[in-house]
Amino acid sequence: MSTPLLEIEDLQARVCDREIIKGFNLTINEGEVHAVMGPNGAGKSTLSNVICGKPGYEVTGGSIRFKGKNLLALSPEERAREGIFLCMQYPVEIPGVPTATFLKHAVNAIRKHHELPELDTMEFVKMLREEGKKLGIDNEMIKRPVNVGFSGGEKKRLETLQMSILKPALSILDEADSGLDIDALKVVADGVNALRDGHRSMLVITHYQRLLNYIVPDFVHIFADGHIVKSGDKNLALELEEKGYAEFVKEK
Amino acid sequence: MNKSQPQIIDESGDKYKYGFVTEIAADTAPKGLNADIIRFISAKKNEPEWLLEFRLKAFEFWQKMKEPKWANLEYPPIDYQDLYYYSAPRQKAAPKSLDEVDPELLDTYAKLGIPLKEQEVLAGVVAVDAVFDSVSVATTYRQKLAEQGIIFCSISEAVRDHPDLVKKYLGSVVPYTDNYFACLNSAVFTDGSFVYIPKGIRCPMELSTYFRINAKNTGQFERTLIIADDESYVSYLEGCTAPQRDENQLHAAIVEIVVLKNAEVKYSTVQNWYPGDKDGKGGVYNFVTKRAACRGDNAKISWTQVETGSAITWKYPSCVLQGNNSVGEFYSVAITNNRQQADTGTKMIHIGKNTRSKIISKGISAGFSNQTYRGLVRVAPGASCARNYSQCDSLLIGRNCGSHTVPYIENRNKSARIEHEATTSKISDEQLFYCLQRGIAPEEAVSLIVNGFCKEVMQQLPMEFAIEAAKLINISLEGSVG
Repeated sequence: MSTPLLEIEDLQARVCDREIIKGFNLTINEGEVHAVMGPNGAGKSTLSNVICGKPGYEVTGGSIRFKGKNLLALSPEERAREGIFLCMQYPVEIPGVPTATFLKHAVNAIRKHHELPELDTMEFVKMLREEGKKLGIDNEMIKRPVNVGFSGGEKKRLETLQMSILKPALSILDEADSGLDIDALKVVADGVNALRDGHRSMLVITHYQRLLNYIVPDFVHIFADGHIVKSGDKNLALELEEKGYAEFVKEK
Repeated sequence: MNKSQPQIIDESGDKYKYGFVTEIAADTAPKGLNADIIRFISAKKNEPEWLLEFRLKAFEFWQKMKEPKWANLEYPPIDYQDLYYYSAPRQKAAPKSLDEVDPELLDTYAKLGIPLKEQEVLAGVVAVDAVFDSVSVATTYRQKLAEQGIIFCSISEAVRDHPDLVKKYLGSVVPYTDNYFACLNSAVFTDGSFVYIPKGIRCPMELSTYFRINAKNTGQFERTLIIADDESYVSYLEGCTAPQRDENQLHAAIVEIVVLKNAEVKYSTVQNWYPGDKDGKGGVYNFVTKRAACRGDNAKISWTQVETGSAITWKYPSCVLQGNNSVGEFYSVAITNNRQQADTGTKMIHIGKNTRSKIISKGISAGFSNQTYRGLVRVAPGASCARNYSQCDSLLIGRNCGSHTVPYIENRNKSARIEHEATTSKISDEQLFYCLQRGIAPEEAVSLIVNGFCKEVMQQLPMEFAIEAAKLINISLEGSVG
């Protein structure tokens, strides 16, 4: 049952000569949902960016293995094709590029990597419409340029749509609830939960417990000062909510 | 360390896929330019006396002119005496059908993706007046067009068969005194296309000419003349590629368009001449004068251009809006990479009342290239209620390229309304990373973003051209992102 998917060992990383990740360890097995919670400035976004290979972050020590492969040797697009998806906190706008066009490029890049035939426009649009329907995304929205003029809720729904059509082995949700009202949050959470099939894994990064009411994690880790200070089950999140971060940061 | 930090590496110059040279014995005039060479060209083409005189007058004027230096372009001096001014593929007699055309020529077109034979079969989509070097080789569909009174032929044939039309309009939009390169063209032009759309006729197909530069050191001086008579319509496509060479090739074309009352002309160009290698060696020098005159009321001219080629581009397709309510439009995408330089834009000259013009210019610079948008909007005192809207957007890829916008506005009428918007942006790291994170390769990502940036212009292109243009954009940006 417990096949390791992502193995992070003693990871150290910096941005512009500033140490952010200091000896981080985490193993996520297939089908597990892990939440990493931490105060502002703990390095949560750095962690997700380092896993995805965003330029500008320097790994100075440790290792990350994904499906047994050395992830750090792969380019960002190779990591994505291997099955790592980052649901972004602030998805960027790409003017003039219709959302459907963008998604078709993404889907086919990943299919090609897995030696699957590329989808033609008809097949793709059919699939996109079906998946979009589930998330309340209409045809008009996918014709608009990527994220241009989208509300916060629409942007997050589009991220969720991408997650469901790209079918990643590991989804990283970076502050997935930021900027969402409760209704939009439920839509996104439903979308995410629909992807929980016992095989796909998730890393939910958040500083509020609220999201975890909707996306219930198997494990919760408290992340402070560049590493995990405490791990537990979903109750740890509730405990954290009650006591605040200060309590746990002191423990170290 | 993340190995895929996007950065500019320049290795695209060597990939020019149209770089090949066809071995065909050329009937070539000796190097250099003088009155005798002009007489040689004129005699070769069996031209009437009036045209020879036109050429000689132009040549006389040209000798007194100086090459313009105001453009934001740097290139070594051109030795006009070190060029060939005439070369023609050797032919036994004018071919009556494609079967009679030199198979090697046809093969060249096949490499360029112009299946003439196929087009003959496919019937009625596009008529191609193919120009190889300086002489027209094959003209298709002329018959079909002729049934409606439409004339679509080489300018040499027009001189022979329709001298009155040519005499009336040649040089009427771009006089030989206009500028240095136009004057040179007037003296030595060898061939080009001629189009006449009669009154009330809507041309049933897109008229298309493929240009191709061939033969060593041959200056290419096309001359195109399009006349749209009252109430007529035509869409004209010009597409170009050139074989790869080390020598710079000079190209100084003229396109003249006359649009009469209630007529409309849509002129689309995809220009893909050899841009030189990554170090700026070789490549075409493109000094072209394109101008349309909306002579009648309610006339409309629309220029759409996608410029990805040439080492040096000097080009300002212009609209002279003489007729009341006439409309001029200019949609442009210019892409420069490596060491390419482009100084391009448009002129909108408002003379008639209620004339309207629109300029949408998208410039993309990558590598070490340099690009300038240079535009003029002039409203004459009599052009009451004239309106202009200009939008000039520049996109920079990497740190070593340059982009400049030089909009001139000369307004002499208080009721005119002139709007100008300009933006300069870079492909952001965030946009790029967003694409990569979805599995899209860096080059594909840049191409997506760039195509999005150009969308307003690409939409103006006829369908088959738009696809070709999108491919060209990708080819020309190859290697701009590591």
